[in-house]
Amino acid sequence: MATARIDPTFVRLVSQRSGQVIAGCYACQKCTVGCPTAPNMDYAPDKVLKLVQLGWKEAVLRSSSIWLCATCDVCGKRCPNNINIAAVMDALKQMAVEGGYSGRERNIPAFHRSFLGSIQGWGRIHEATMLVLYKLRSRDLLADLDLGVKLIVKGKIPLLPRRIKGLRTVRKLFRL
Amino acid sequence: MRKIGVFVCHCGTNIAGVVNVPQVVEEAGKLPDVAYAVDYKYLCSEPGQKLIREAIAEKGLDGVVIAACSPRMHESTFRSATEEAGLNPYQCEIANIREQCSWVHQHEKDKATEKAALIIRSMVEKTKRNEPLEPIGIPLTKRALVIGAGIAGIQAALDIANGGYEVVLVERLPSIGGHMAQLAETFPTLDCSQCILTPKTVETGKHKKIKLLTYSEIEEVKGYVGNFDVKIRRKASYVDWSKCTGCGLCQEKCPQKVTSDFEGRLGTRKAIYTLSPQAVPNKPVLDRDNCRYFQTGKCQICAKLCPVGAVDYTQQDTIVEEKVGAIVVATGYDLFPKAKIGEYGYGEYADVIDGLQFERLLSASGPTAGEVRRPSDGKVPKEVVFVQCVGSRDPEKGMPYCSKICCMYTAKHAMLYKHKVPDGQAYVFYMDIRAGGKGYEEFVTRAMEEDHVLYLRGRVSRIFQDGDKLIVWGADTLSGKQVEIAADMVVLATAIVPSAGAKDLAQKLRISTDEFGFFNEAHPKLRPVESLTQGIYLVGAGQAPRDIPEAVAQASGAASKVQALFSGEKLVQEPTIAVVDAEVCAGCGICVGACPYEARILNPLRHIAQVNEALCQGCGACVVACPNKASQLRGLSSVQMMAMIDTLV
Repeated sequence: MATARIDPTFVRLVSQRSGQVIAGCYACQKCTVGCPTAPNMDYAPDKVLKLVQLGWKEAVLRSSSIWLCATCDVCGKRCPNNINIAAVMDALKQMAVEGGYSGRERNIPAFHRSFLGSIQGWGRIHEATMLVLYKLRSRDLLADLDLGVKLIVKGKIPLLPRRIKGLRTVRKLFRL
Repeated sequence: MRKIGVFVCHCGTNIAGVVNVPQVVEEAGKLPDVAYAVDYKYLCSEPGQKLIREAIAEKGLDGVVIAACSPRMHESTFRSATEEAGLNPYQCEIANIREQCSWVHQHEKDKATEKAALIIRSMVEKTKRNEPLEPIGIPLTKRALVIGAGIAGIQAALDIANGGYEVVLVERLPSIGGHMAQLAETFPTLDCSQCILTPKTVETGKHKKIKLLTYSEIEEVKGYVGNFDVKIRRKASYVDWSKCTGCGLCQEKCPQKVTSDFEGRLGTRKAIYTLSPQAVPNKPVLDRDNCRYFQTGKCQICAKLCPVGAVDYTQQDTIVEEKVGAIVVATGYDLFPKAKIGEYGYGEYADVIDGLQFERLLSASGPTAGEVRRPSDGKVPKEVVFVQCVGSRDPEKGMPYCSKICCMYTAKHAMLYKHKVPDGQAYVFYMDIRAGGKGYEEFVTRAMEEDHVLYLRGRVSRIFQDGDKLIVWGADTLSGKQVEIAADMVVLATAIVPSAGAKDLAQKLRISTDEFGFFNEAHPKLRPVESLTQGIYLVGAGQAPRDIPEAVAQASGAASKVQALFSGEKLVQEPTIAVVDAEVCAGCGICVGACPYEARILNPLRHIAQVNEALCQGCGACVVACPNKASQLRGLSSVQMMAMIDTLV
């Protein structure tokens, strides 16, 4: 029998980090019904909350759901128990990154890191370097290449980066 | 010649849509003895009744036939209209041309019209032979008996007594309070159970109008509404309560410890004992089966130490006879025994306990003085699993019904556990949360959100011991996973079943029970606190699973019914019951056996049958049984019956 032990400490960590009362979820699934990305998730948003309640950390932190969440917060707006599920997803993303959990969705965190790296470097996005970093991280060098060429030809992707004036302040944010 | 009026109702199109009413009226008007015939759209309306009243007065009618719906619907309406017009109400008869004619012959209008006319003619024949009747007055004993002194019985007794009537309150246990006295705190407000109960038990114990008979059971009930004769067995307590001061020395010094049922078998009491420190009455009883003196002939410590010499080993059971007019049955519930649940260990694991046992572990006056310690080794459990619907909603175990209170008390248990063991974790396995009640849903939410009780939707398939842990295998149907919890203690919310002896008592009282043994109410919606036997009322969990507020509300409802019953000088009974013609009766006694209401006896002096007017329901079984036709029904004699049949065939 494939049974799993329950870990009730996990829900408290996630609640604390997200500032949401996850125990209040009574599984009405209103969040899942409205979620635009739920059909592609391995665990629908209500299941994610349930798994958090059960303390099945591995399953949650390796799930595709936390990365596919677009943080649109339709779920949170509709939740009868006022749980901001997007905030819970964010907290879970942070925990997954900190704990070094990798799951099926590797490219999305790779994109996040490349995006933030670009901002840390220049104070704003520089598409060319960001894309190079992302392609190296995702090890998928050829995807969307034709689109990239078109954009370069049209001058939409500047070759050289430009720093912004308040770069020091932006970098400070990363240290917070 | 009689002057009978025939009134034909259209009932909108219910009758007039099928039956040709004008034709029926015309035919009725031609009948001999019919002085007046008329139709109206709705006779039951106020103008319709006015029409009847005015016709009686103006035409000088001495009998009325209303051709309308079933007499079950409006017989009383039309009889009172007749009475208001100055005519004896039993001169009014109903010819049912709706349920027995228009509704069942919708596609045969001509035949329906013919049948309606025939039904009216037969009722005219009956009415011609009607005699005026007067309601019967039955003497009434204005005292009530309340059986069972849990919160429902106590409330009913107090309300009736405060209404000014005497109450005999009978309780099987040595003191009153029932299961509520065992509870730690109560949902959804978490008041301490004893704190809200003891003012009522004390008031009951001291009330001048309440005669408290504890440690007593109902032996026999005879009689009928207004006049019950009850025999009550007072079990020998071996303590003369008139001398006893309740000092408690006997139970302090008694050397014999006994496992206590009141403590859920988790604690002990002495062989001479009271149930709790707040017991009402605060007088001990001696448990003969466990007393050293009774078993070995040596000891007598209690008798030697009693400062007032109240211990009396020679006491015998006594039978108390009481005469009462109404009975309130408040026998309450038991929990389905966990020994009957194999998959949860047949009650063999010490740390798998039921809800009432957990109440004792939470209670300050309980065996652990309010500390949550598990029964096996006294350790404070760090992980506790609560399982709802154990036996309830389980047709296989014979209880398809919802026990109603478990969702709430489990939330309370989990919450109180967390208050006592803040670093512990509580889990609840549930099927649905049924928290219908004021503040109930919020209470359950509070357990989840504030006390971090983890609710798992699914049933537990198995519980087994592994070292000093109890392994609980269950399902979480919301995540679709099977789960396993290594728990230190498991609390089962076992099903509510009627208390032991309820079925036996139902037989003594001649009231019916449902297939599970709960008492049947007279009507599930409109007469919820009455039994089908007149003068016997049902309150509390003996009728169906109930929580405290419902039991109290029911008790007050029944008490007001009893007071309404007691408000008249005599009980009024319909006069349409059986009579025996003393001249014709041969005293054969066949009718005594035929009567389903025990309303018939043979007069031992005159050797003829006699009708008990209070019990007779006018069913007519005796009329059929009597070989001499000495038994007759008032208002429906054999002569009337034959006249009606002659008309119809």
